[in-house]
Amino acid sequence: MIPAKFEYRRAGSVDEAIGWLREDPDDAKLLAGGHSLLPLMKLRLATPGVLVDVGRIDGLSYVRDAGDHVAIGALTRHRDLETSEVARAHAPLLARVAAQIGDPQVRHRGTIGGSLAHGDPASDLPAAALAYGATFVAQGPNGTRQIPADEFFLGFLETALQPDEMLTEIRVPKSGGASAFQKFNRRAQDWAIVGVAAVLDGTPRVALVNMGPTPVRARAVEEALASGASAVDAAAHAADGLEPPSDVHASSEYRRHLATVLVRRALEEASAARG
Amino acid sequence: MSATVTERAGGGARGVVGTRMLRREDPALLSGEAQFVHDLSVPGALHLSVVRSPHAHARVLEVDLSAARECPGVVAAFSGRDLLGEWAAPMPCAWPVTADMQTPTHYPVALDEACYVGDAVAVVLAESAAQAQDAAASVSVSYEVLPAAVDLADAASDRVLAHDASETNRAYIWELAPDAAAVERAFAEAAVTVSERYVQQRLIPAAMEPRGVCVVPQPFGGDFTVYSSTQIPHILRTMLGITAGVPEGRLRVVAPSVGGGFGSKLNVYAEELLCLALARRMRRPVRWTEERSEAAQATIQGRGQIQQIELAADAEGHVQAVRVHLVADMGAYLQLVTPGIPILGAFLYHGVYDVPAYSFTCTGVFTNKTPTDAYRGAGRPEATYAIERAMDALARRIGVDPAEVRRRNFIAKDKFPYASSGGLLFDSGDYDAALAGALELADYEGLRAEQAQRRAQGSAKLLGIGLSSYVEMCGLAPSRVLASLNYAAGGWEAATVRMLPTGKVQVVSGSSPHGQGHETSWSMIVADKLGVSPEDVDVLHSDTAVSPFGLDTYGSRSLSVGGTAIAMAADRVVDKARLLAAHRLEVAPEDLDLEAGTFSVRGTPSRAVALGELAFAAFTAHDLPDGMEPNLEAQATYDPENFTFPFGTHVAVVEIDSDTGRVDLVRYVAVDDCGNQVNPLIVEGQVHGGIAQGVAQAMWEEAAYDEAGNILTTSFADYLVPAASELPSFTLGHTVTPSPSNPLGVKGIGEAGTIASTPAVVNAVVDALAHLGVHSMEMPVTPERVWRAVDAARRTPTGGTS
Repeated sequence: MIPAKFEYRRAGSVDEAIGWLREDPDDAKLLAGGHSLLPLMKLRLATPGVLVDVGRIDGLSYVRDAGDHVAIGALTRHRDLETSEVARAHAPLLARVAAQIGDPQVRHRGTIGGSLAHGDPASDLPAAALAYGATFVAQGPNGTRQIPADEFFLGFLETALQPDEMLTEIRVPKSGGASAFQKFNRRAQDWAIVGVAAVLDGTPRVALVNMGPTPVRARAVEEALASGASAVDAAAHAADGLEPPSDVHASSEYRRHLATVLVRRALEEASAARG
Repeated sequence: MSATVTERAGGGARGVVGTRMLRREDPALLSGEAQFVHDLSVPGALHLSVVRSPHAHARVLEVDLSAARECPGVVAAFSGRDLLGEWAAPMPCAWPVTADMQTPTHYPVALDEACYVGDAVAVVLAESAAQAQDAAASVSVSYEVLPAAVDLADAASDRVLAHDASETNRAYIWELAPDAAAVERAFAEAAVTVSERYVQQRLIPAAMEPRGVCVVPQPFGGDFTVYSSTQIPHILRTMLGITAGVPEGRLRVVAPSVGGGFGSKLNVYAEELLCLALARRMRRPVRWTEERSEAAQATIQGRGQIQQIELAADAEGHVQAVRVHLVADMGAYLQLVTPGIPILGAFLYHGVYDVPAYSFTCTGVFTNKTPTDAYRGAGRPEATYAIERAMDALARRIGVDPAEVRRRNFIAKDKFPYASSGGLLFDSGDYDAALAGALELADYEGLRAEQAQRRAQGSAKLLGIGLSSYVEMCGLAPSRVLASLNYAAGGWEAATVRMLPTGKVQVVSGSSPHGQGHETSWSMIVADKLGVSPEDVDVLHSDTAVSPFGLDTYGSRSLSVGGTAIAMAADRVVDKARLLAAHRLEVAPEDLDLEAGTFSVRGTPSRAVALGELAFAAFTAHDLPDGMEPNLEAQATYDPENFTFPFGTHVAVVEIDSDTGRVDLVRYVAVDDCGNQVNPLIVEGQVHGGIAQGVAQAMWEEAAYDEAGNILTTSFADYLVPAASELPSFTLGHTVTPSPSNPLGVKGIGEAGTIASTPAVVNAVVDALAHLGVHSMEMPVTPERVWRAVDAARRTPTGGTS
């Protein structure tokens, strides 16, 4: 549980953090809440030479009503998202998902930006961001750019962020209440064995947790819904084209089965919420 | 600091025994002030890091330490061969259960052959823990990978040998068959037989505090102080002396605050020996703190058995014989009591039932995995699991309610003390009362009605109700019985009670707590004996310099054996004080009454002397009766005549989501009988923790290995220890049947919850699924296992009958 040696730098601003990332693009990592990176470092599965702590940068923790969307600062902690009135009113799925991450200690330390930038397919927020069709704002040496959630998660723990870019804001189109999150795990604090985020406001969007190397949309379900299929019929396609992992908690086959059950339940719950 | 907020449990009784006194240990634990081994500040200590084999079985061809020795802060690095001269003997196994038991030679660092993933192959000493760990990664070991015996059943076939030089993986065959012919006859004549096979998965003990050791050479005289997170400072001192070749008198072993053990710290570990030998060699303090992931490999594991149990019964389900064949996974080596663990359960596979014929066989088998050893209950949870699941199978076979089949077979209340067919003398019991109490608390009839209703409605939420009636043998142990089992030590416990000149009391305990609340309980016993306040009683323990004799804490022994020794020592102090009081009051000793700490003359209560005054008088020694030695102090050593036999019935209620296989434990009722209770609050705490730990085996925990022998569950993300969020609020009840075996009438409660709860939960799961045709279920009961069982039963429409 002792990490390999690293240099620690505390950034006072996003520009300073990006400057340090530029100096050492292969060997520097950003540290926010630390709940994904530090365990990997303690197990020596990650051995960055430079750790750039962005946790004290002012002004990146907020949940704001920005007209047609909700703007969430990357350093917003899960607990703050869970309790945000703006999130509850206009992006209620995110608030509900945040409330189920890990345990209270994790929720008081972990940040939405850290969780998304880590890109873990077993994490809940990436799937929720996909289901909402969120947009991610990344700042780099040449200014900012916007990345649609659908183009963000590229591979296992791999995202569209460049080594010298930092995720600064998440923009979520305002949504009503017709959404649901189904999380299946063996203990409350665990990562989901399978999770489902469904949003039925507008064009139905369904995203899955832990059903492949990246957070992924259940395209076959969405298509079935678009062509008028019932929840039960659409849910039968939940695992179409997906090859979820087998691990000590569940086989791939069981995950595929769970996905169909959980998608059906999510669709029914979201649909009931629409009233 | 001690808090003594009390609340009467029963009322009526004088004194503090029987009250719910808050634990005096807790303020330090809750405020973080308690000092564990890792908290000790020892200037100049070297940090030990252990290089471990990544292969389950491999020949160690070469250990290259040159790069590690060049790393910053490194003081020394050694291979197993380099350290061979440090050992006067290989690592100890104190329980050769048979005369011909195979004992592979086991050194703290392997010499030529690594036999499990985690077997030590080299060590590094550095000025800091980080430097030691960095350097350990630079140690280069060449291996020739050998085939590994991983699966227990496969290992038992000797297809692959766990030790290259051995001819068989069999460690021993141990048999208990007092009347084999009677067993054969019973099976030949049985109207109904049940034959079941169960697997006890391996468990990681997962104490909150991992292990830690720090050995400090004393500046003069060649003495060593060994700080270890251990349950057994006394046994450890003896074994360290023998193994490292240090005269025992030169070793002082101290167990500071110990954050749980559950049996895993009832051992003598390589790292304890390494810190001692290296402190001797380097003439500097040497310390080591186990990492959580390291603990998954380097600390013993529990359970690990394949159980075959057969019942022979008449048509009404009266069991006439029980026959058991076990295959027990030893792991790669025999640790301190590895081979004896299944034998601790050998006498209890007929459970709480009056079974006339009984036979038991256990084959101990080596595998290329972490050694097994004691884990909460040690042999008895395994026995209870097998008989309680088999009794449910019998109930289904004859179409009788599980509660009824138990009632029909209980050892009747009037048969105690009961000589069992396994050869034990059960001290006391009223099994019917515990079952009746549990069924009432659970509203068993109501639950069965709800279950029937849900089935009739075809509800997707299946309800299951599981029973487990248990008895355990604890209070280890009568020394003569241990001799008959070839155990290398006795089972007595020692205590000293002394009054200081000011009237304060010191109790010296040979049993060594690691979470049980000894200080609170011992102070209560002595307070009542002497008529003083518990706050005036200090309890000293866990340091061989303070408490030179003791056999430590395991096997639910501390109260029934150690507490009895303390009560005896307190009685002796009172006896001596009575003689001194009689001398001062000029009356005969038998004319004195002791109440609330004061001796008074019967019929003339104004003539009195307080115990505190007597303590001072005994200290000054100015006016003692002829021949009386100064001071009020007494020592007692108690060797029990018999084990104690706590018992009870637990009821688990589960709800199963038939779509996903998810099992939720929705209700849990426990009625336990541990005889008289010194502190019901501590009893409840033990029952709560015990239930959680037993439920964990049923539902979550498994030390999982891949086919190559790599352990897969090395963090708490993969090894699923339940939290409060996974468990319902427990409903507890008690019956009180005092043990006639000791003067306190106590039995032991540290393991009972773990023993009872595992089969209760799995029986509930099978009960929920039986109508679908599901009768077998392995542990842990994962949602995937349940889903597959339900799915398979649905695909086999005829499976619904049995």
